[in-house]
Amino acid sequence: MRYDVVIIGGGLSALVCGIRLQRSGKSVLLVSSGQNAMHFSSGSFGFLGRLPDGSVPDGLIDAVQALPESHPYRKVGTDRLREYAGQTIGFFESAGILLHGDPLHNSLRLTASGATKPAWLAMEDVTLFLSGEVSSSGKVLVVTLKGFTDFNAPFVASAFSRMGYTCRLEEVEMEEIASLRKNPTEMRSVNIARALEGQHVLDRFISCVRGKLKDEDTVVLPQVFGLKDTSPLAAIRSRIPAHVHFIGTMIPSVPGIRTQMSLKSAFLSAGGTFLPGDTAVRAGFDGSGSVAAVFTSNLGKTPLEAGEFILASGGLWGKGLDAKYDAVIEPLFSLDVDYPGERKQWYDPDFFARQSFTGFGVVTDDAFRAVKGGKTVPNLRVIGAECGGANPLEEGSGAGIAIMSAFMAADSILGSI
Amino acid sequence: MIHNEHIRSSNFEECIKCTICTEFCPVIEVNPLFPGPKQAGPDGERFRLKNSFFFDENLKYCMNCKRCETACPSGVKIADIIHSARMDYGTVIPHLRERILAGTDVMGTLARPFAPIVNAVAGSKAGKTVMDKVLGIDHRRSFPKYAGHGFIGWFKKEKASIQDSFPSQVAFFHGCSVEYQHPEVGKAFVEVLNAVGVGVRLMDEKCCGVAMISNAMWPQARRNAIHNLKEFRKAGLPVVTTSSTCTLTLRDEYPNILALRNDDVREDIVIVEKFLSDMLDEGDIKLVFRPDYKAKVAYHVPCHMEKLGWSIFTRRLLEMVPGLELTVLDPGCCGIAGTYGFKKENYQYAQAIGQPLFDEIRAEDPEYVVSECETCKWQIEMSTGYKVVNPIVLLYEALDLDKTREANMR
Ligand SMILES: Cc1cc2nc3c(=O)[nH]c(=O)nc-3n(C[C@H](O)[C@H](O)[C@H](O)COP(=O)(O)OP(=O)(O)OC[C@H]3O[C@@H](n4cnc5c(N)ncnc54)[C@H](O)[C@@H]3O)c2cc1C
Ligand code: SF4
Ligand code: SF4
Repeated sequence: MRYDVVIIGGGLSALVCGIRLQRSGKSVLLVSSGQNAMHFSSGSFGFLGRLPDGSVPDGLIDAVQALPESHPYRKVGTDRLREYAGQTIGFFESAGILLHGDPLHNSLRLTASGATKPAWLAMEDVTLFLSGEVSSSGKVLVVTLKGFTDFNAPFVASAFSRMGYTCRLEEVEMEEIASLRKNPTEMRSVNIARALEGQHVLDRFISCVRGKLKDEDTVVLPQVFGLKDTSPLAAIRSRIPAHVHFIGTMIPSVPGIRTQMSLKSAFLSAGGTFLPGDTAVRAGFDGSGSVAAVFTSNLGKTPLEAGEFILASGGLWGKGLDAKYDAVIEPLFSLDVDYPGERKQWYDPDFFARQSFTGFGVVTDDAFRAVKGGKTVPNLRVIGAECGGANPLEEGSGAGIAIMSAFMAADSILGSI
Repeated sequence: MIHNEHIRSSNFEECIKCTICTEFCPVIEVNPLFPGPKQAGPDGERFRLKNSFFFDENLKYCMNCKRCETACPSGVKIADIIHSARMDYGTVIPHLRERILAGTDVMGTLARPFAPIVNAVAGSKAGKTVMDKVLGIDHRRSFPKYAGHGFIGWFKKEKASIQDSFPSQVAFFHGCSVEYQHPEVGKAFVEVLNAVGVGVRLMDEKCCGVAMISNAMWPQARRNAIHNLKEFRKAGLPVVTTSSTCTLTLRDEYPNILALRNDDVREDIVIVEKFLSDMLDEGDIKLVFRPDYKAKVAYHVPCHMEKLGWSIFTRRLLEMVPGLELTVLDPGCCGIAGTYGFKKENYQYAQAIGQPLFDEIRAEDPEYVVSECETCKWQIEMSTGYKVVNPIVLLYEALDLDKTREANMR
């Protein structure tokens, strides 16, 4: 089977790149072995939350200059970064996803510990703040659902109290949710979101919360609303007379899943081909060192051929890298990986310290072309968390890198750069 | 038992508890009795290994659509775990109904000579009442009709003698539905393959066993599987099919549920759309279509085709047909899942599962629906009134067979 572009991966970077290419008239096939980091998303995107010196930048684009030259943002370059950052909200809107935030500056989002963290753009669930102050009256009501342990409401409430707010905790008990408890392991965010999708269930939930509200001006709820679309969020916000903030639960992430599904539908409706639940297992190169074909476990000996290939396989976390005892390898194409040679330097035994392994990635040239045995592979680009030169977890730059590198790879294939 | 080793040692610990499978399971959305893939699969397995007391008969509500497996980020073979657990711990003995529904070949042989009578009885109000009350086969369900003359008889009489004259050969695993209900699918298969210069051989096949697996008739399923694998090895040819469910069963359920190794023949078992597409890629065949063919169709990807990951081949062939206006329907289960939807206790769930698909078909209003699965066909035809055809039948109608034959003369 032959396509213009074959993309390996099904996460944020693969889908963004696939949509951009397919909409510009390329035939694109995406092969994705499983779900991806979006299913674990906080509901907001990070661009650059922390500089190497530990400070939080305000203006995002200029701050990029402080990053090492091999960083993906430096490859995109400041002019193009500014242009791409400016296009991001519109791009997602065209895929049915409303993002908000200042594309060129950091805002703040609320975490489960009651503290605020830098964030770039956010899904509708997440409120972005300009300052650390969450409630002007200082009174916060935290509401959870009875039996739902993946949202630690007492912890959230005490965190708010510690931050100086007057905080009350209430539980809502609902029959539809209680029936999930027959199987304790099904009491998870997505199942609750599904149970709350029915209009009358949602109505009852809203009136329960209204009943519990006293003089608070701020209500905090878990992110368990709107798996298919965001209408439950709008209903809650318009009918509860307070500022409503939704805070992340344990995985899976309802806003992340919704966003991922919308991107996938946008890709499909642009005419793209998606192979879910399939893994690229082997690649073939031609005499000149270009990739000729990729083989997958489902398709067996049928090759997937294309003029251009993109690797968006998510790094160590997405199984796009494989850590052997004494080496970190890229298993599909055997590309050069950027990591310290000594295993001792891969990680810090202090779990919370800066971890070097979260920054391993494939070595690329300035246009995100992969390097293999020191030589550039002319028709293979590497994007998102698979791309080396950055430490997304440390920098709070995961989504930003995924989107910026996806735009750039697409544009260079389209010949516009 | 080998299958315990096989599934358990390798797989259930790989679950990272993300519940993504649950999000994709069509049954849990409509049936509160079903524990859901995560609980029924990897989570429950942990308990069952300690004590079979934890086995839950409600695992039977899993219709083995495998949508959970396609979605799982860790590659957990969830449905295989569920059905292996049913095999090992299930205490329910299959009743007459299960035997009737699962005995697709035996029932076919018995029903065949009396096809008009059987069809009339199965379709009549009285017949349906009896099936409902006595057997628990839902009276609202319409039965697929038995064809009076089977595929094999036609093949032997009309086609068998010329097959050796073709330069290459395949073995056709036609499955029960081609023989008993839809011989037109088998005829289209033979005509199209012959036109591109490929000869067709039949084997002494038995039902692939999918319905036996879902109706807990394990020894029968294994017997059939062992027999079929022996036939495949004897044939030594590509084994080509027209049904997505048979294909998945032969390739994946044999090793994963019935613990029968098939790695020596697995790669050779393919559905005809993949077979043709690969031949086109290799430049081995050419297809010439009729200039006057026109149709507006909607393609429903059966769950098992989705799991095989092969719908791209069907789509590619359909897109080659010049006069075809094609819509690919949203991925979603039709609700029938083989014999599942025939059972009285499942009927309402089966219909609820399929509802979004039925609505989409009505909104598209195609001339007909295309799908590789015979039970999807029965379900969609009964629930929407739209006719469903196998893609090979569409290709047969759209191809200019004479010109194709000429183009493939070697
Ligand atoms: C737990 C977690 C939470 C995060 N939360 C946030 C957040 O809240 N905000 C933020 O900005 N960033 C977050 N990040 C950073 C995240 O890495 C990026 O935001 C971004 O989503 C990465 O996207 P990606 O497409 O590069 O990789 P991924 O999303 O990891 O996707 C990689 C994909 O490739 C597939 N794949 C791998 N190998 C193969 C193969 N051989 N064949 C086929 N498919 C293959 C995988 O199955 C997967 O679908 C988080 C990261 C993690 C790990
Ligand atoms: S999708 Fe896979 S990993 Fe996630 S809970 Fe289900 S079985 Fe476990
Ligand atoms: S096979 Fe289908 S019905 Fe069974 S658990 Fe998985 S998704 Fe649900």
